[in-house]
Amino acid sequence: MSETLLELRHVTRTFDLSQGVFRRAATLTAVADVSLTVKRGEVFALVGESGSGKTTLAKMLLGLLPPSSGEILVGGTPISAKDRVAVSRRVQPIFQDPYSSLNPRKPVAQLIALPLLVHGVGDRATRRAKVMEMLELVGLSPRHYDSYPGQLSGGQRQRVAIARALILRPEVVICDEPTSALDVSVQAQILNLLLELKRELGLTYFFISHNLAVVEHLADRVAVMYLGRFVEERTRVGLFASPRHPYTRALLQSVLTPDPDLGVPDTRIGATMIGGDVGCPFHPRCPDAIDICRTTPPAVRTLPDGWATCHLVEEEALQIS
Amino acid sequence: MALLEVDNLTVDIPLADGVLHAVNGVSFSLERGETLAIVGESGSGKSMTSLALMNLLPKRAERSAGRLVFDGIDLATAPETRMRGLRGNRMAMIFQEPMTSLNPSYSIGNQLTEALRCHRSVSAAEARDRAVQLLDKVGIPTAARRLNQYPHQLSGGLRQRVMIAMALMCGPDLIIADEPTTALDVTIQAQILHLLADLKTEFGMAMILISHDLGVVARVADKVAVMYAGRVVESGAARPLFRAPRHPYTRGLLNCIPVPGRTAPGAPLGAIPGQLPSLIGPQQGCAFRQRCAFAAAECAGDIPFAAAGPGHLVRCVRAEALEAAA
Repeated sequence: MSETLLELRHVTRTFDLSQGVFRRAATLTAVADVSLTVKRGEVFALVGESGSGKTTLAKMLLGLLPPSSGEILVGGTPISAKDRVAVSRRVQPIFQDPYSSLNPRKPVAQLIALPLLVHGVGDRATRRAKVMEMLELVGLSPRHYDSYPGQLSGGQRQRVAIARALILRPEVVICDEPTSALDVSVQAQILNLLLELKRELGLTYFFISHNLAVVEHLADRVAVMYLGRFVEERTRVGLFASPRHPYTRALLQSVLTPDPDLGVPDTRIGATMIGGDVGCPFHPRCPDAIDICRTTPPAVRTLPDGWATCHLVEEEALQIS
Repeated sequence: MALLEVDNLTVDIPLADGVLHAVNGVSFSLERGETLAIVGESGSGKSMTSLALMNLLPKRAERSAGRLVFDGIDLATAPETRMRGLRGNRMAMIFQEPMTSLNPSYSIGNQLTEALRCHRSVSAAEARDRAVQLLDKVGIPTAARRLNQYPHQLSGGLRQRVMIAMALMCGPDLIIADEPTTALDVTIQAQILHLLADLKTEFGMAMILISHDLGVVARVADKVAVMYAGRVVESGAARPLFRAPRHPYTRGLLNCIPVPGRTAPGAPLGAIPGQLPSLIGPQQGCAFRQRCAFAAAECAGDIPFAAAGPGHLVRCVRAEALEAAA
């Protein structure tokens, strides 16, 4: 459990936004100086609002987008040095919407077997056997072998997407909101399946979600992202018991449990994600902001189970109680 | 008198291979200032129910109802001209996807004032003032400037707020919100729900909230109707229904969502096996029985809507036996 499988070192990704022909392009920093390590067998969850840079980070982990600066290592090897195909053997994605991530004109068998073809694994017969094995593993019946995505329900499609992601036996699976397009009863089935597969195949998940209830259910570690930066990274237990960053607190307050005695929470943070040019990027929305937040960017405060970047968080030494 | 009374509402859609029973005998009533949540998964008929109220169903669909009365007006027989006078005026709708339900080629101001100028004899300036006032109310900063912007220039949260402001332009008596926060981030969801609750109190509106999110429903609704396969399977006041759900489907839905602090992390979530049965052709017995762990032979027969408590109705012949066993 202690081996580092995935590592990001000061990864930044910027995009040039065209402002028209005669103006200089503006720079959008989608991911800013992110460092993290994910250990083998861990579920590392990344939470944040839309536009916080979660998907850009996922694309970089998949080798689909090179970082502007910094390094990404899979099993100790920098992936910028490898080609994309080699990365895809070890890192595979499951996307949010199984309606758009599966080619509607290809039968299920071809969709699931495609990674094998790309990597030139096996002959026809072994590929067929592998697809059959995957169908069973993800809880689909052999009769789905020749079905088309259009004949499947949302949950079944997501199972096909999972089978396709796992057929090469990758080490890391990047799950980008894998259940948010699904009905609640189907979401439960898929979450159960993901947990079962993790135990069975010893997988490591990099799990992106905005649903904190789901994150609480399956993550080991959680990072909270705001405007391209990590603002807090903690163990699941620590984060949910005592969130430190005001943004994390607002996110946790926004989780609506089915509790008819409680009303809608007031998170006291504004609606629009606007960053401050100086100081802490969260200060324009922060209900607790003080003067220093508007002028000086906060430093990293170490906590017993992680860290947070906020002026209002007291540093805590590692204590053994 | 109730603001809205719906009795035995049915929507049938004739297809090549038979009739699809999208809504199958739905009844409810709604008072002024009340929020009714219709809960269900895709295919349960919840959106069809709301479209049927507005008479906005797809052309092929056939609507029938024992009673469909809005503030003394019989919607079942009202001619289209009458409906047009009501829609966007006294009954307004907030759709799920602000990206697809706003017209990309008209400015926000144009789309906001359209309904008001349609239904009331107001000047352009008056309509504009009202639009600014409402945009301000729904928490859009620099409202006056936004009127000249187009939908693509706004974020998802802002677009949804524009949709809400648009629905409020004529001060409707009833607002139907179809998954108003599903496409939004959790922080913005909380703000939008707050806003809807405030506006409801301020204007005394009634609201029908259509959602599959039990968390949202529990926090916002006064009354709840749980739909499955075109039928209401359980209904009642929100508190008793969430505290003691009686229908196995309602229980199943509540068991399959993770709740921080209540569900054990990593433990399997309660799942409802199988999937929605086909709604094409004659529907007999309980539609949930193939997926229900408590199904018995009697579930294939007619299932009456029986009282399970004051105002609490459940459509399950096994509910009594289940309660006794628990």
